[in-house]
Formats: sequence, C-alpha cells, structure tokens
Amino acid sequence: MNERVERLRRESFETAPSFSAERALIETEFYKENDGKYSIPVMRGLSFKNICEKKTIYIGPDELIVGERGPRPKAVSSFPELTCHSVRDLEILNSRQMQSYAVDPKDIEIYREVVIPYWRGRSMRDKAFARMPRKWLDLYQAGLFTEFGEQRALGHTALDGLIYEKGMYDLKRDIARARERLNFLSDPDAAAKDDELQGMDHSCDAVIIFAERHAELAGQMALETPDLKRRQELLKTADVCRRVPAYAPRDFWEAIQMYWFVHLGTITELNGWDAMSPGHLDQHLEPFYRKGLADGTLTRDSAKELLSCFWIKVNNTPAPPKVGVTAAESGTYNDFTNINLAGLRRDGTDGSCEVTYIALETADELRLLQPQCNIQVSARTPEKVLKAAAEVIRHGMGYPSVFNADMVIQEQMRTGKTLEDARQGGTSGCIETGCAGKEAYLLHGYLNTPKVLELALNDGTDLMTGKSIGLRTGAPADFKSYGELYGAFERQLEYVVDTKIEADNYLRARYAELFPATFLSVLISDCVEKGRDYYAGGPRYNTDYIQCTGIGTITDSLSAIKKHVFEEKRVSLDRLVRACGVNWEKEEALRLTVWNKTPFYGNDDDRADDIMRAVYASLFAAIDGKPSILGPTYHLNMLSTTCHNYFGKMTAATPNGRFRGTPISDGTSPSHGADRNGPTAVVKSLGKMDQVKSGGTLLNQRFLPSVLEGEKGVEGLVSLIRTYFRLGGHHIQFNVVDEATLREAQKNPQEHRGLLVRVAGYSDYFVDLDDYHQEEIISRTAQQTV
Amino acid sequence: MITGVIFDIKRYTLHDGPGIRVSVHLKGCPLSCWWCHNPESQSFAPQLLFRPERCIRCGYCVPVCPARAISEKIETDELLCCISGECADVCPAGAREICGRHVTVSRVMDILLKERIFFDQSGGGVTLSGGEPLCQAGFVLPLLEECKKNDMPTAVDTSGFAGWDVIEATLPLTDLYLYDIKHMDPELHRKYTGADNGMILANLARLGEAGARINVRIPFVPGVNTDERNLRNTGEFVSRLKGVETVSLLPYHTAAEGKHRRWEMEFKLRGVYPPTSHSLAAAAGVIEKYGVKTVIGG
Repeated sequence: MNERVERLRRESFETAPSFSAERALIETEFYKENDGKYSIPVMRGLSFKNICEKKTIYIGPDELIVGERGPRPKAVSSFPELTCHSVRDLEILNSRQMQSYAVDPKDIEIYREVVIPYWRGRSMRDKAFARMPRKWLDLYQAGLFTEFGEQRALGHTALDGLIYEKGMYDLKRDIARARERLNFLSDPDAAAKDDELQGMDHSCDAVIIFAERHAELAGQMALETPDLKRRQELLKTADVCRRVPAYAPRDFWEAIQMYWFVHLGTITELNGWDAMSPGHLDQHLEPFYRKGLADGTLTRDSAKELLSCFWIKVNNTPAPPKVGVTAAESGTYNDFTNINLAGLRRDGTDGSCEVTYIALETADELRLLQPQCNIQVSARTPEKVLKAAAEVIRHGMGYPSVFNADMVIQEQMRTGKTLEDARQGGTSGCIETGCAGKEAYLLHGYLNTPKVLELALNDGTDLMTGKSIGLRTGAPADFKSYGELYGAFERQLEYVVDTKIEADNYLRARYAELFPATFLSVLISDCVEKGRDYYAGGPRYNTDYIQCTGIGTITDSLSAIKKHVFEEKRVSLDRLVRACGVNWEKEEALRLTVWNKTPFYGNDDDRADDIMRAVYASLFAAIDGKPSILGPTYHLNMLSTTCHNYFGKMTAATPNGRFRGTPISDGTSPSHGADRNGPTAVVKSLGKMDQVKSGGTLLNQRFLPSVLEGEKGVEGLVSLIRTYFRLGGHHIQFNVVDEATLREAQKNPQEHRGLLVRVAGYSDYFVDLDDYHQEEIISRTAQQTV
Repeated sequence: MITGVIFDIKRYTLHDGPGIRVSVHLKGCPLSCWWCHNPESQSFAPQLLFRPERCIRCGYCVPVCPARAISEKIETDELLCCISGECADVCPAGAREICGRHVTVSRVMDILLKERIFFDQSGGGVTLSGGEPLCQAGFVLPLLEECKKNDMPTAVDTSGFAGWDVIEATLPLTDLYLYDIKHMDPELHRKYTGADNGMILANLARLGEAGARINVRIPFVPGVNTDERNLRNTGEFVSRLKGVETVSLLPYHTAAEGKHRRWEMEFKLRGVYPPTSHSLAAAAGVIEKYGVKTVIGG
C-alpha cells in the first residue's frame, strides 16, 4: 500500500457515517413542482437527472477515482419516496450507540419543514403498511418473516461487461432505436414502453452530467493547486470524467471510473436492496490491464493503486439508515458489494488472470469492511488461485468467501439461463446466485423456519406473545406420530409462505408501477429492447427469492422430537413443548439430554441429515415455482445474513435445547455447538442437501488461526474446499476465530463444542482443554490476529 | 467378534501423515512417558472420567448403575464401579465419560469410510495412533486389512515397543510409519519412558531394511532429550537407517500437565517450558548435518 492509498484508507476508516438530507431536499422540491406533469418513468428519469445536476460534487485530496453518493465520504443519502424518516428516527440515528449516523440539526429542520410534509402518506412504506392485511401483519410482527420491499427498493444486482463496451451515448442510441421500433398500431403497451424508454434516456443523461460536473471541478481544482504532480492528476481525472461514462472506457483508469459512476448512479436513483456489485471485475478489467502494460501507460503497481482507490470508494458508501424491523434484523452499516474473482469465462475457459491476484492482494492489504470479494472456484480453476485465496482467508477477515462456480452455473441453468449467460453469472450480496447483467433477482425477505415449527407445536399460537397467528393444526397431545406432527409443520409452512408471497406480489407490482428503476434498466439486458423496466419483466431473466433461515435449528429440533418423544418415548411431546414454553425452567436435565443425546445436523449422521433433507424438500415445495406478477418465478435461497439474530430474539426456546431469544442457526450452517465431529463431517452433512435447487446456501466454518498455520494448514483448507464442492456445495467461508469468541466459549462451553483449536503438533477441541491452556491459546491467538 | 479398545477418533487431522486424515487412537501403552499428551491412553482398560463441574445433580446415573456404585449423593465407589458405561449413556450433562470403548472393526470402518472422499481429494488416509496401536495387534491387523481392501492409505504411529513379528505383520498393510525416537541413551530412556530402547531402535532399523517408508518423530522435550550429544547420536543413528524420509521435531507442549491433573495422574515434568523456535531450529541443524531431512512439527 503506497502513501496515497494509506492516507485515503485511513480517512475512509476514521470518518464516521453521517446522514445527508441533500438528496431528499432536491427530490422533494422537484416533485412538488413537477409531479403529475409526466408519466411515472419519465418523472423518475427527470428526477434522477435533476439530482445529478444539483447534488454537491466532492473530489478529495489525493483521490484518483472520484464520486460520492452523498456530499462527502460516508455521508448517506435518504430516499423519502421509499421511506420517509420521522424527526424521531433522525434523532435516534444521531444518538444511538450502535450504527449511529451523525445528523446535522439543519437536516432535521429540512425534514420537518419540507420533506416530511410532502412524503408522509405518499412514501412507498406508508402506502404498503396501509394496505397490508391483518394476517400478514400478525406474522410479520411475530417474526415469521421479514419484508425487503417495505422500505428499500427490491433488487440485487451485479453487472456484466456491457459498460466496458458501451458508453451512455451508445446506450442512448440503442434506446432511440427501440423507440423507433415501437408499433403503436399493434402493440397496446407501446405508449407505456415509450414512457419507460424516455425515462431510461433521461437517466443516461443524468450520469453523463454527473461525470461532467466532476470533470469541471477537477479542472478548476487543477488550476488552483500549486502542486504540479497533483495538478497533472486532476487534469487526468478531468479527462477521465469527460470520457466515461459518456463513452466506453479505453484504459484501466477509465474502466474503473466507468464502473464507479455507474455504481453511484444505481444507488442514487433508488435505494436498492442492498447489493450492487460489478460482477466478474477481474475479467472485466483484464483487457485494459494487458493493454496498459503493453503500451506502457500502466504498471502492476499503478493498477493496484487504482484498484485500491476504487476499493476505498466502495467503503465510503454505507447503507442508508434503516428503520423498524429491518433495522433490527440488519444492524449493520454494510451494503454488500461482493466482487467475483476467477470463475469461468463465457466460453467456459478459466477466468482467473493477473487482476485476480492483484484484487486479492488489494483486499488483503486494505482490510476494509467493503467491498468484499469472493473467489469462484471451478474444477478448472488452478490450484494456485485457490492457494492465493487461502492465504488471504487465514488472515482472518472472513473473506474471500469461496463459491463453487460449477454449481452456481448449474443453479442458473436449472432456472432457465443459457450456459453462456450462466457462466457470466455469479454471486452477489452474500451468496445469492444471479445472472450478472441479465437478471432481476429480487430478494423478498427471510423466513424463520424454527418459528414455523413453533406454530405447529402450539396449535398456531406464538409462544412469545400468546397470540393465535397461525393455522389451528392441533395441540401437541393430538399428534400420534412424528408424521402427523410433520404434516402440521408443512401446513403452517404453506400458510406462512403464501401469506408472504401475496404481500410480496403486491409490493413488486407497486415498484413496477411507482418506482421504475430507469437507470438500472439501461444496464440489464434486455430491458431496452423490450421497452420494459427492471421491475416489470424487462430483464432477460426474472427471479423472486425467499431466504430460508434456521435449517440447523429446525432439523435438530425435529430430530430431538423424533428420537426422545416418538422413538424412545423418554418424554411426552406435551412436556417437551411446555418446557420450551417456560424456557427450560426447572427442566435443565431434559434440556441437556436433548442437547447432548440427539443426532444433530452437521455430524454426517443420516438420522439428522435425512430430517434436514425432508425440511429442505418441504421448503422447496412451498416456494419453488410459486407465481409472481411475471409467472412462476419464486425460488428458495438459504441464507440468513444477520437475520438469525433477530429471528432468535423473536423465537421461544426450541426442542433442540436452545434457549429463548438466542440466535437460531445461521445460513445452512449447523446450530452453534451442534457440530461435534469437525469440519469434514460438517461439509458431508451439507453435501446431502440438494443445493442446486436453491439460489445459494451459506456455510460458515470457524477455525482458529493456528489450525490454518503453515503449508499443511493451507493445503488442508484447499482440500476441504475442493471436497465440499465435489459433494455439491455452493459456498463456504471461514471465520478464523478471535479472542472474543474464545472468551465466549469459555463462558458457554456447551455452545462451542465443535471449536477446533490447534494446540501443538495436533488439534483439539477448545472446550476440552483446561483453563490454563485455554488462556494460553487465547494469548497466542491475540498475537496472531494483530 | 474381534474388538479393540479405542478412546478417540479424530477427523480432519493434518499432522499425522500427508493430506486430510482420520486418526484412530487405541488405548493402552507399554510406555509411560513423562510428557505424554494423552495420559488417559496409557492404561489398557476403559476408565470412567467424572467432571464434577459439569454435573447438574439430576441423579439419572444412580438407578442405572448395574453395580450400584453411585450413591444418592452422586459419589462413585471406584471399587464397585465395573465401567459398564451406563451412567455415561444417560448423563445429560456429559459429566460422566467413558474413556475407552470396545469397538468392532466394522464399527470403526463405518466412520473411516465416511471420510474416504477427503482421502481421495487430499492424498490423506487413516492413522492408527495411541496409546500404542501395536499392543492391540489382534484388532489392528484386521482393521488395516479392511482399510487396504477399501483402498485407504494407512499410517501407523508407534513407539516401536512391540515384538518384531507384530511389526512385520503390519508391513504389507502400512504405507507410512510415524516412528518415535524418544532418547538414544538406554538409561535415560528407561528413566523417562519406563522402558528400554534396545528393542525400539532395533525394530526401527529392521523396518527400514524391510522397505518401509518411515517418518521418525522426536518429541522435543527441553532438559530431557534436547542436549547436543543426544541430538548428534540421533542424527548419526538415523543417517544409517534405510527408509527414513524425514525426521520431525515435535515441540513439547505443556498441555500434558492439565491432562495429567484431570486424570489424577502424577506429572513429573513440572516447570519445563516449551522449546523456543531458536532452539528447535538449532536442533534441526544438528541433525541435518548427518544428511537427514529434518522438519519442525508433524
């Protein structure tokens, strides 16, 4: 990392996130003056252009890649048309301990005087909640599911190589041609398409203007700076901003700046949920890298410097502040830019290149919250790439995460993508599979599967509130067999999923109608050709995902019931359910019996893993192929991000021995502490899930740095990854655990029985070591994670 | 039915031979090394381990004990205890554990076969360790045969303190020997391990002659076997052997002390600290002078 990058990094690292009312004010004034004059898509395009014309332009000292969403680094815009924060919301943002945003009193005044009076009752969130049926509200408030569309725009996006081949003027030409082709004689939708295409056209102008304003500012700053070297840089910056995004980039610098302007455009027009990613960035940049080296305008170091500047820009862009349930379930500053590395090219050849390694080095050196990167590992991916990634993994940042490129391709082909498109696809956000640049894959929210079992065990009653919110499927004493109980679970599941999808479909239709993403639509094939918006079926592929959480917790709970109630008849279902109801009070022996004497998921034990397969099949049956406004586009996804914590708080004690309010299992990982046979058994269990039928799964593996030490540690990790992928795994990531986790393990050894630590020439389970050696390992770990 | 006594099967071990391995730990050892990392492995008989800090006093163990060895106060009469393991089976809290269970070859194979795909991928395999695996030859030989039938690479981690006929029988079934040299001096070897080293060194030499692949391992215990004279003797001895691919110095670690305490066994190495990386490097240098490839760690 050179001095410039070091300074920019420090600035990004040390700047606290702040709130900016600028975008909200510009937009509100525009709507007050213009609402009703234009069709909605044209209005959206013009409003976006108006923001790009008026927002503050920022170019910081030393910067080579320029552009901020807000008026300064880490200042986040707000989107009152989607969610209009109240004065109280803003005050809380300013004062709360975790994830606070500095809010200027002047901005609160702007909200009080201008923004709130206009948008209250008009925002998407206000409209949505006014419309939602009682049964939806009951389940939503009880924590059965979350709803992505209630405060941020639906969506999840990665781009393909389009913007490196076409500038905005090229795309405007495509739009003009599409308008010329419209047939008002035979196509009843021609007028709507014409409106949408005009909106797209204005959006292209918007980002051109945005970039030109940067060029002007850079030129002006160049005149004013006494430093000759910096003057040259600013003049070059001005040149770059005049070139992109108006025209296709010609070199490495322009290519990165192109992406960054486009990225900012998509997160300025709407507050999209919550992942905008460049897709296969290494493959996109590689031709520019090679050309730069060949013509002498670029060196490996200067390429890395530019990439580092881009990395820091992404880190400067925290998520707009969330409210309500969404804030509770996603308590993080992150928006997720997850860069795909390696993988395959469109023609099926290995996609790794020198830029792959440069990107890995950049991630390793900068150690920023965002962007994160992942490595797409195909059977064709060279061992060298995977080893380079493993080296970064063991530094303990949790990235790069590792994906099975061959599975990601199969998953896409199962849902109708062509082979070539699927190869260009990848994963974004956390683990979500998508066809980069060609698909709208809208995530609609998380589903709390252990809570669905809670309903089935309590005749539809929420144990946390005592309210009847589900179907009446029978009291525990009514179930004569495990099969009957499981049938009740399936009926509750169908009810919960259908209630959610009804609401999702409503919200999706409203986004298509009220908040078309006219800029994003330019970037995703085939919106321009079809004259249809990103939300309205314009993209070549359209997918709706529901993300299922807690497969570990529910599997273990069902396994406990199956064994102790129905097979060994050690305890009646009634008593077990009552014990859950009182959070195991006076039932510690029963709780420990189920916790320690039940086959659990994650141990390569078919007794538990068969239950997991059954639950997975039920989830698939309840979700896959369910209809949206565009046809049978629903699929399941198996991730939780941080929602397992929120769902845990909303879920009573579960029959696997888990206490009320504690987290449910994350992603598709085993329950914390339930995997007791090490990582190979974990990946074997996961391998029994037919993952290709999902839009992604997530496996967290915890290791101590010492387990990954040395050449053998790296080789073991690489073999573990390769084997998991042979077994049909989609994703694996490694938490190289830190001191805090070890302290927690000391306090709650029962929850951390699977934590493998490297002691000396061998590994052992941390909780099995005596105090002295636990302390010794903690002190060693602390040194290693400095 | 042939059974063996096993006290642990560890998956994902990386340091007991190449690749990802499973190590099967057999109970019972003719040696009693002062630094032993698995003191519970020394006795051949299954043992009951009680962890009072885990006991929730539920009393589940009291009625199930066939020998009525557990009182209402949850105190175990060791004279009556027949190690039936029934108390451990019902103990919800894991406060009662049986160390060492009689298992059949097919039961062990069930677990090993689950890991076969990792062996395929990584070049790993099964390592029989201990205790001293060769003390249970009647079980180990059929187990190794089953491994070979299933194309699984095998390693035997041994002290070498076994009759030659036993070692010879393992030869066609074993891909790699992890063979300890604890001390070259017979007197000191007896002092620290309780056994003579004559048979151990003779077996090692014969094993090399017989064409085995061998990794010699030296538990590197400061003050016990780390003096230059012993290192030179070791290097000199190993340099004359056939079949030795590497010598590994396994740094002593004080984890042994806590384990001795838990099993209420006397720990005689008190006050000995792990070796510094400098002393390990220096020791490796001494042995390497004899033309033997020496590495630190397993």
